[in-house]
Amino acid sequence: MIRKTVPNVTEALVGVKNDMTFMLGGFGLCGIPENSIAELVKLNISGLTCISNNAGVDDFGLGLLLQKKQINKMISSYVGENDEFERQMLSGELDVELIPQGTLAERCRAAQGGFPAIYTPAGYGTEVAEGKETREFNGKMYVLEHAFKADFAFIKAWKGDEAGNLIFKGTSRNFNPCMCGAAKITVVEVEELVPAGTLDPDHIHIPGIFVQRIFQGERFEKRIEQRTVRKRE
Amino acid sequence: MLDKNGIAKRIAKELQDGYFVNLGIGIPTLVANYIPEGIEVEFQSENGVLGMGPFPFEGEEDADIINAGKQTITTMPGASFFDSAMSFGMIRGQHVDLTVLGAMEVSEEGDIANWKIPGKMVKGMGGAMDLVASAENIIVAMMHTNKAGASKLLKKCSLPLTGVGCVKKIVTNLALLEVTGEGFKLLERAPGVSVEDIKNATEGTLIIEGDIPEMVLS
Repeated sequence: MIRKTVPNVTEALVGVKNDMTFMLGGFGLCGIPENSIAELVKLNISGLTCISNNAGVDDFGLGLLLQKKQINKMISSYVGENDEFERQMLSGELDVELIPQGTLAERCRAAQGGFPAIYTPAGYGTEVAEGKETREFNGKMYVLEHAFKADFAFIKAWKGDEAGNLIFKGTSRNFNPCMCGAAKITVVEVEELVPAGTLDPDHIHIPGIFVQRIFQGERFEKRIEQRTVRKRE
Repeated sequence: MLDKNGIAKRIAKELQDGYFVNLGIGIPTLVANYIPEGIEVEFQSENGVLGMGPFPFEGEEDADIINAGKQTITTMPGASFFDSAMSFGMIRGQHVDLTVLGAMEVSEEGDIANWKIPGKMVKGMGGAMDLVASAENIIVAMMHTNKAGASKLLKKCSLPLTGVGCVKKIVTNLALLEVTGEGFKLLERAPGVSVEDIKNATEGTLIIEGDIPEMVLS
């Protein structure tokens, strides 16, 4: 067994520097690597490019890095729910590349799986396709989109073992599996870190080969963005 | 004239047994409340769940189980979770039978704009561009006119596009229309709405053939 464990978030983030490109898992606030984000805030590095579906909310998730102006550029599909983000974007302080959500996922997966680029129909005929190569297959038009290049991927999983094997829970899975192994170094925080041999190999969502460092997060707030409930009859 | 729930009710009549359906945020979400009796449909949410159920009972919310609107949800028997790449594989691969989404503008050629108002509002396209580029069966749910009273059914969209030539049907507060390539073909009038009302509220080419029936909602 090849051990991937590190004792804490500080060790997990060794090597992060100014001006790097990061991938961060999560959809809204669901399944975000909150321990790694908190540490990035503490380290106060800046000039970052962040690839993440959303940008958190004003006071949680990537919103924390935005508040401290640590991010130079965001690559996302949806950035509502964050006033500071909108302000920085409209004023030009923040560079923002908005791309279709499926394209975001697939550009991660291409990096993970060794494809330099992929063709997708998403965005054809819109400003997203401007300046990009397009091609017709079977009478339909497609846009060439390139694999991402990133220095670190920050991932949140539910359970993991010492070998870096991961299991996700519910919709907190989202972009996390697509980003594992898609950057030079993949750092995973889990709610529960277990000894190798504990997890059934048939139940692993992401094999440890895609993971360089794994640690048990100290604290998970798991904030809910839209608490919607129904009344008991 | 229909309210938002009325629009959702009319769209729900388009559901067929065995359909996998993706509902966008806003009016489309309400469609789930009006599934016709005797049919089974399954709702897909692009953040990674098939078989979405109703909101949880108070105290049973789970931060790890949400829909694409970031609302806490539950799952139905037979539900499954998956990652974002697989989710959009379902969409691009045309495994989802029906997509319902909102729009700011639709053109008579089926172009749709719903993600950006330059200089004013930029929230992003989310999954909408993937959905409209791939789905065979797209229904737009929206008000016929915007808050300023201007038509949202246009010859050409004025806002940045989300997709081209993709919208098949539109249900508004005034009418059910089909996008034919030559214009908006009026299929049904909302209760109490005249053909004249619809003409006045439509900037794009309106095709009217014969008597236009009034919608039956129940």
